[in-house]
Amino acid sequence: MNPAEANLVDLVQFFFMGIQRGCIYAMVAMGFNMIYNATGIINFAQGEFVVLGGLMMVSLTMALHLPIVLAFILTVLFVVVVGVLMERLTINPVKQPTVLRLIIITIAVSIITKGAAMMFWGKGSHYMNHFSSAEPLDFHGATILPQTLWIMGILLLVVAAYVFFFNFTMTGKCMRACSINRDAARLAGIDDRKMVMLSFALSAGIGAVAGIIITPVIQMDYTRGAMLGLKGFGAAVLGGLGNSTGAVAAGVLLGVLEALGAGYISSHYMDAIALVILLFVLFIRPSGIFGSSEAMRLKEF
Amino acid sequence: MKGKNSAGLIALILAVILLPYIITNDYYLGALIFAGLNSLACIGLCMLMGYAGQISIGHGAFVAIGAYGSGILTASFAWSPWLAMFCSLIMAVVVAIVLGIPALRLKGHYLAMATLGFASIVHVVSVAAVDLTGGPSGIVNIPRPKLFGYLLQTDTQYFYFVWAVVIIGIYCAFNLIDSRVGRGLRALHGSEDAAASLGIPVTWYKVQVFILSAVYASVSGSLYAYYVNYIDPGPFDISYSVLLVTMVAVGGLHNIWGALTGAIVLSLLPEFLSFVSDYLRFFGIEYQQDYDTLVYGLILLFIMLFLPEGIFPSLRGAVAGIIALFKKTPRMSGQNSGPIAGRRFSGHDK
Amino acid sequence: MTNNILELDHLRKNFGGVVAVSDLSLNIAKGAISSLIGPNGAGKTTIFNLVTGFAQPSGGHINFSDRRINGMKPHAIAGIGISRTFQNVQIFPNMSVLENIMVGRYLRSRAGMLYSCIFPPILRNEEKRIREDAEKQLHFLELEQYADTPAGSLPLGNQRMLEIARALALEPGLLLLDEPASGLNARETIAMGELIGKIKEMNVSVWLVEHDMDLVMDISDYVAVINFGGLIAQGTPAEIQRNPEVISAYLGG
Repeated sequence: MNPAEANLVDLVQFFFMGIQRGCIYAMVAMGFNMIYNATGIINFAQGEFVVLGGLMMVSLTMALHLPIVLAFILTVLFVVVVGVLMERLTINPVKQPTVLRLIIITIAVSIITKGAAMMFWGKGSHYMNHFSSAEPLDFHGATILPQTLWIMGILLLVVAAYVFFFNFTMTGKCMRACSINRDAARLAGIDDRKMVMLSFALSAGIGAVAGIIITPVIQMDYTRGAMLGLKGFGAAVLGGLGNSTGAVAAGVLLGVLEALGAGYISSHYMDAIALVILLFVLFIRPSGIFGSSEAMRLKEF
Repeated sequence: MKGKNSAGLIALILAVILLPYIITNDYYLGALIFAGLNSLACIGLCMLMGYAGQISIGHGAFVAIGAYGSGILTASFAWSPWLAMFCSLIMAVVVAIVLGIPALRLKGHYLAMATLGFASIVHVVSVAAVDLTGGPSGIVNIPRPKLFGYLLQTDTQYFYFVWAVVIIGIYCAFNLIDSRVGRGLRALHGSEDAAASLGIPVTWYKVQVFILSAVYASVSGSLYAYYVNYIDPGPFDISYSVLLVTMVAVGGLHNIWGALTGAIVLSLLPEFLSFVSDYLRFFGIEYQQDYDTLVYGLILLFIMLFLPEGIFPSLRGAVAGIIALFKKTPRMSGQNSGPIAGRRFSGHDK
Repeated sequence: MTNNILELDHLRKNFGGVVAVSDLSLNIAKGAISSLIGPNGAGKTTIFNLVTGFAQPSGGHINFSDRRINGMKPHAIAGIGISRTFQNVQIFPNMSVLENIMVGRYLRSRAGMLYSCIFPPILRNEEKRIREDAEKQLHFLELEQYADTPAGSLPLGNQRMLEIARALALEPGLLLLDEPASGLNARETIAMGELIGKIKEMNVSVWLVEHDMDLVMDISDYVAVINFGGLIAQGTPAEIQRNPEVISAYLGG
């Protein structure tokens, strides 16, 4: 293999790694957007949904030996229940919400989730079987894990379900109406409280899916929530907060940039790369690369 | 400084002087030193969050800058601890300016995420920049500083030293709050537009209070490094930044005393829990230190849901109630002292 | 030298494609009470925002005492002597009434952050002076009994008074009042009219936006009428009341 070819193979390899992570960031970002659109809240516990999904799936498949599909469904249901409980017990009862108070409440929930996860699953990281073979596939010299294909496929399914839900179902349209103008939606007879609860349920569900599909490649432990949440938020901001198609593109882009940075600059600083991008976007263009600057002026940053 | 704040400060000074005579166990004295270090960072954070209304979930990073600056300059370059502390303070100021100018244009959730991201970056760097920070194994052999020719060797000495700095910090904070600058900060919390219309340079003021809070955090970090004599990235991950916010919020955002209360209570909580765990075991409950995180989270959630002003106002109310109870004479029936005292308290402090 | 404290010269402001202020030229006389009236959405508050730096003009100039001020930041504009109130009252609810006014003395005092941190308030002469000046304002507005009340718990009428007291504490050359009487009852409106008259006697030029026509015609020396961001008439209250264009704009012609 000549050096130019070797370089190309490296590039493709980094690219695959980036897409694998990027898909997860995309899903976390979609979770952020759902709650943000319904409530204007940034949920600091978003990353914990991913961790819970991953750890629950580990228990169900590795300890209880349930079939993957059944474990998948049960895990998502479990995390959805956690999301709904979070909304019912901590967001819904707050009568005089200030931004600071809501931020601290979601932080409190993330601390509790983290503490509970440590209690039940311990401090170690957990291994989980890949969905299919763990044997990498060869792609012109570069390798790709079958799990990465699973991740990409499931992201596509989630996006398809998302588009279908918000464009072709009544509930989805009601949720969109609520996010555009809550008062008007309420006047039209939509139960906005229920929509808020639903947004937490869906957001938790997406987080769970992300956790389930990534765990075979990264080995989940209870501390990962904060970083996953931050990078997912980075993707959400990069794509324009509230804009879910933007979030998917931005998530994948962020993952790829991170992998390229880790490959060509320094793998030690890999985690910092996505965060530096997040800060730059926040400072220079808080409406995101896909958001219009016109819309940006109307929003409060 | 208002009368009862001065009274509170004098009471605190007396308590600090007396405590080492009551608590002779070095372990508990050590816990109180850590409480003092956290208090210092929380007082700064309280001015930023409670008075100026700007959230930061990244102040652990400034503590880390203070700790690493002092650690590296003393252990690797043999500088005097005082000079090292001053230089790391300057570094914290520079970082606060560079971060603060763009970040403080953001509001609410965005500012929170930006500061959290910043703290995360600093943590990643502290682990990865092995040549500078020693990486995961950290820096050892950090010396204690000398004060008036005395090396602050014993825990009692260091206890007095740290709490003297805390008291100076509180003193400065109270002076600032009742000044032209402090009123400007509180004003921009109330309404940025109105503050600007009265000539207050809103952005610059936010950056100034951000710098000030970074200075408090950085000094806290330096003193931490000198006390434990070694540092590694472990204590400075983002959960430490979150913990600082938790302390301020649990104690009471809108009052320096609240931040102090929160810092002390939550710093001593692990000791309290391990103390209680002996009794819990008696009832067949096996409490482990690992559950502390969960307890912190539950306390924070409880406070935010039911006492959003923090525990300090309730504590103060209770104290005022007890005082009223003692003052109560049959004729006055306590009506004069109780409620009015309470009202006077709540009217001024915000 | 002119007798105008403020001159708007071909002022324009677009929001995206919407024209909020179009080619407006208008002078505000020194030492007088001038009013700006017009139907809802005519661009009145936008004009105030342009003058006080909260919005930047898309074109044209603003001169204050023969000095060009467009492009300056709000706090800098306050610094050269223009203060204002807001349509939806913007007091500092978390501070006492007296402290609210003390904030108004910001520009007339100097202490910086380091100095303020080190010296306690009782040792600072400036702090004493700020307090005395603020108390004078309180006295002028007859709000003394509320000095230590949290400003957020005042009734709306007193909040508007407080906002004006705070703006006056700046010792401005020009005071902009954005709908000072909105939300006030008849008695409070009369008191507001008297207060504005007193402010004029203090040699402060006043420019106000107001919907209460009785108040406007009663206290104003000059009135300007705008619609769709453009000037349709100006003159004394008597002239305006006779102007056919104004009548048709107001009666929906």
